Amino acid sequence: MTPENRSAYWKANLRLLSILLVIWFIVSYGLGILLVEPLNVFSLGGYPLGFWFAQQGSIYVFLVLIFTYAFGMNVLDKKFDVEEE
Amino acid sequence: MSNLDLWTYAVVGVTFTLYIGIAIWARAGTTGEFYVAGKGVHPVANGMATGADWMSAASFISMAGLIAFNGYGASVFLMGWTGGYVLLALLLAPYLRKFGKFTVPEFIGDRYYSQTARIVAVICLILASITYVIGQMKGIGVAFSRFLETSYEMGLGIGMGIVAIYAVLGGMKGITYTQIAQYVVLILAYTIPAIFISMTLTGNPVPQIGLGSGYAPSDGAMTLLGKLDQVVTDLGFKEYTTQVMGSSLNMFVYTLTLMIGTAGLPHVIIRFFTVPTVKDARYSAGWALVFIALLYTTAPAVGAMARLNLMETIQIGPVGAEDGNLLYADRPEWFKKWETTGLLQFEDKNDDGRIQYYDDTNPEFEAKAESFGWKGNEMVKVDRDIMVLANPEIANLPNWVIALVVAGGLAAALSTAAGLLLAISSSISHDLLKGVFMKGISEKNELNAGRVSMIAAILVAGYLGLNPPGFAAGTVAIAFGLAASSIFPVLMMGIFNKKMNDAGAIAGMLAGITVTLLYVFQHKGIFFIPGTEFLAPSLGMGPNWFFGISPNAFGAVGAAVNFAVAFAVAAVTAPPPEHIQHLVEDVRIPRGSGEATDH
Repeated sequence: MTPENRSAYWKANLRLLSILLVIWFIVSYGLGILLVEPLNVFSLGGYPLGFWFAQQGSIYVFLVLIFTYAFGMNVLDKKFDVEEE
Repeated sequence: MSNLDLWTYAVVGVTFTLYIGIAIWARAGTTGEFYVAGKGVHPVANGMATGADWMSAASFISMAGLIAFNGYGASVFLMGWTGGYVLLALLLAPYLRKFGKFTVPEFIGDRYYSQTARIVAVICLILASITYVIGQMKGIGVAFSRFLETSYEMGLGIGMGIVAIYAVLGGMKGITYTQIAQYVVLILAYTIPAIFISMTLTGNPVPQIGLGSGYAPSDGAMTLLGKLDQVVTDLGFKEYTTQVMGSSLNMFVYTLTLMIGTAGLPHVIIRFFTVPTVKDARYSAGWALVFIALLYTTAPAVGAMARLNLMETIQIGPVGAEDGNLLYADRPEWFKKWETTGLLQFEDKNDDGRIQYYDDTNPEFEAKAESFGWKGNEMVKVDRDIMVLANPEIANLPNWVIALVVAGGLAAALSTAAGLLLAISSSISHDLLKGVFMKGISEKNELNAGRVSMIAAILVAGYLGLNPPGFAAGTVAIAFGLAASSIFPVLMMGIFNKKMNDAGAIAGMLAGITVTLLYVFQHKGIFFIPGTEFLAPSLGMGPNWFFGISPNAFGAVGAAVNFAVAFAVAAVTAPPPEHIQHLVEDVRIPRGSGEATDH
């Protein structure tokens, strides 16, 4: 594997995980803590929305983020030919 | 012996026999099996084992109670103890699996080409893990003494004996398969009562949906959360869905501390060394969170519904009406039972024979309370743990469910204790003995050394469980601060920054953990010895003086100090040698994970 290829793979990985970590931050710290009061005006399934993000929604989003990362990295591993034999 | 006792002995007996059976089946023959289960664990199975490894006596018994009494404020625990898995899956687990060794300090020692770094990492690991294991030992002793009518000491002894059998025989291999069994026991024990209670209160059997649904006795005219908000504020308590813990900033920093602490706890990280490939490590972290989320999304419903049940049991009519409060003589059976354990305590302050349960620290409510003839809150103790322990009785569930809850609490405590003990003993036999003091030790002798250090770790943990030091009360929370401020930053920099060097890592770890410990000691005493707190109000250092951040939440600040000091020191010292930069490049690429396992 060439050094260029190696660094392109790493950059693609960093891009994917940065996007996912931004979402991770927005959902938990943003919607669950900093914006909880304005969001509580709305409701979801009987929950105040901000409260729902803090006690339910953020956990579901975390799950989606991890599986998205695992799936996305599989694609990258194949594309850059670095997957395990 | 009552019917309940019979059920409890039967269910606990069956589960313990199962754990021992697994131990005999899954014996370890090599160091690879003892430390990392031969790297042959299926990612879903590892996810389940990680769930049990992770969810401790605190998650199982105490968390719903924390939620019940802190409402929205307890979101820090829900988000903090799950969001850490995102960091673990994206930033650490795949790379550490690729590195392919046995322990966390081993990675730190190799990556930073320094025995000193490895030894500092061992010390941080032992500090964090020991504080954590004491809580589990106490949980085992308490569960036995409350439900099986043994003494606390005897319960602790039985628990230690069971862990010793499967952890010493099977190491990580035995622990993995018992943790899978323990996960099944604990999740059934947690969700079955929750489903029944959700059904009763809302008509919806799914607690995650029930918590948002209409409150059944009001025929759906009010949501359950709306009802709860009304009931608690009517009695002067803070509104459930909006009450914060400290301040928004404190909640922010606390959540961050729990997240990076979760990602930095060695007993969780080493679980990801047991799967066959890097790809498996990524997926396995997702599966772990699936199994954890089952309990963590149920807990808010358990907490809120138990709180509502408790309030409605005591406040039977309008607030302030003469017959609005329950007559003490009419209290239900479970109330009497939990009074004898001391977890519930009543004191008739105004001698009216009725129970007044309200917030007597709320100045705005005081005038009202006085006009009702109330002379203070009469529920002088409501221990948060009863929110889970008494739940099946409050909901009138059959005895086998109560017995299952006991077995579930024990499973949660035993599985976490075993994982912690393995992290401690492998850092002693592999990092200190094989890595530093007896480099030429044969594999067979290292395996025996691993077993001996496991026995030693169990004895130390048992001793501390019997004689809990002063800091035992807040232990688990502090372990997160220690892991967050010492281990997580150096692992992350080791993978994501090729230029980070030995001096930077060592200085960072020492600075991070020192700052965190100092802040904790300032508030709680030097080594938690009462009377040695050294807050200096004259310098503006009142309680939580640093921007209102509480000591348990301080780990994230320690982690920031760790990063800052590490970068500053690395900038003025020699960069890492060429071969280390190659090692980092190699860790970043999945291919070749098979070879790396051959030591």
